[in-house]
Amino acid sequence: MSKVNLETPLTDEKVKNLQIGDEVFLSGIIYTARDAAHKKLVDLIHDNKALPFDVKGSVVYYVGPTPAQPGQAIGAAGPTTSYRMDPFVEDMFKAGMKGMIGKGARSKPVIEGLKKYTGVYFGATGGAAALISKCIKKAEVIAFDELGPEAVRKLEVKDMPLIVINDSTGKDLYNEGRKAWENK
Amino acid sequence: MREIHVSSLTKVIKTLSIDASTVANDDLVQSLKTAREKEKSPVGKNVLGQLLENIEIAKTEKIPICQDTGFTVIYMNVGQEVHFVGGDVEEAINKGVAEGYTEGYLRKSIVANPITNPKNTGDNTPAIIHTHIVPGDKVEIKLLPKGGGSENMSRLKMMKPADGVEGIKRFVLDTVSEAGGNPCPPTVIGVAVGGTFDHVAYLAKKAIGRRFGERNPDPQIAQWETEWLEEINKMGIGPAGLGGNTTSLELFIEEFPRHIATFPVAVNIQCHAARVKSITI
Repeated sequence: MSKVNLETPLTDEKVKNLQIGDEVFLSGIIYTARDAAHKKLVDLIHDNKALPFDVKGSVVYYVGPTPAQPGQAIGAAGPTTSYRMDPFVEDMFKAGMKGMIGKGARSKPVIEGLKKYTGVYFGATGGAAALISKCIKKAEVIAFDELGPEAVRKLEVKDMPLIVINDSTGKDLYNEGRKAWENK
Repeated sequence: MREIHVSSLTKVIKTLSIDASTVANDDLVQSLKTAREKEKSPVGKNVLGQLLENIEIAKTEKIPICQDTGFTVIYMNVGQEVHFVGGDVEEAINKGVAEGYTEGYLRKSIVANPITNPKNTGDNTPAIIHTHIVPGDKVEIKLLPKGGGSENMSRLKMMKPADGVEGIKRFVLDTVSEAGGNPCPPTVIGVAVGGTFDHVAYLAKKAIGRRFGERNPDPQIAQWETEWLEEINKMGIGPAGLGGNTTSLELFIEEFPRHIATFPVAVNIQCHAARVKSITI
């Protein structure tokens, strides 16, 4: 477990260096998408249409932020529970996505996908939404504005604090953490 | 008879909506601080520290503690001497929610036509409103914004009377165990037993609005609250699900008379952003 400063976009090499439990400080551009946006993104992929952002090497953050107050880049912006996006992950991987940020356990196919496509799943602290918003320097809606909080946003982040939950070898921090602290 | 203009409901609901989402109650803060002291896992301790820091930032900068500012659940005890004037009560309440969520920069998380054409209602309405008629001329209002992540991990089971207390306990522990890190632990667990299919769920949600540290008045049930919480905290799930001794902060049990044939049990899970605000007018 080490502390890692990481910049987007991600590459196979960057992803392979990450291990479960690593504390990551992520900087660069990331994209937001949650339930409704994922459905639309994957529909575009199936129709062979262009996606609203460059998916290659991208990191997708599962979040629906609160509206920004005047003078703020974004409102509160903590992670939503990731398993609801599991059915869309394989298609996103195929399109070139490398990383996901959310909270909560992923399904077996997602973990297999991390191995197959050399991907990584980061956890952000659920409910620490005001704290996380401090790392978001810019936010802009780039697609599906009609979805309100679920619209796709382009975020510029600086040292966003994350932890590697599943690495590209398929290990799982939730399982390991729970086993280590059971009955203690 | 005491007349209350419905516009005062709008006003207080608006204030409660904003306060609930941005200012954590003292009992929650104290519970998180105690948990941080007791937590043995360094990662877990760090997460609890982040949650306390987050609460501080939210309060100072008046931004929501969590981006999921919830489905607005409102409990109203209306004194039977009260006469509401000036308009429709439910409309006035929903107007308060709409104003609070719009002017308070809170997230609008409600979609109409959930199956056929989910479309955001744009102002977080409608609220779920529970009213009770009680003696007196006051109106007690409790507002509880309920987040979706922990709600999704909640369960209801129509058990058999023969399942008894062991059955209830197994169901509660299994529900928390299966939820793992999904509902943003450390959580608050609301358990209800009895009533009907719908009433047991209502009571389980009502349970999570109880003040921290307050035990069920029945000593036997109070003992189960403490014991089951201890068992949950031995599961190892820990803060944010990363491992540790703090999986839940509180477990509250409510009961209600039941039909001789039924044994309804509901478990409503609340994330650590346990938001609830009350006022009496």
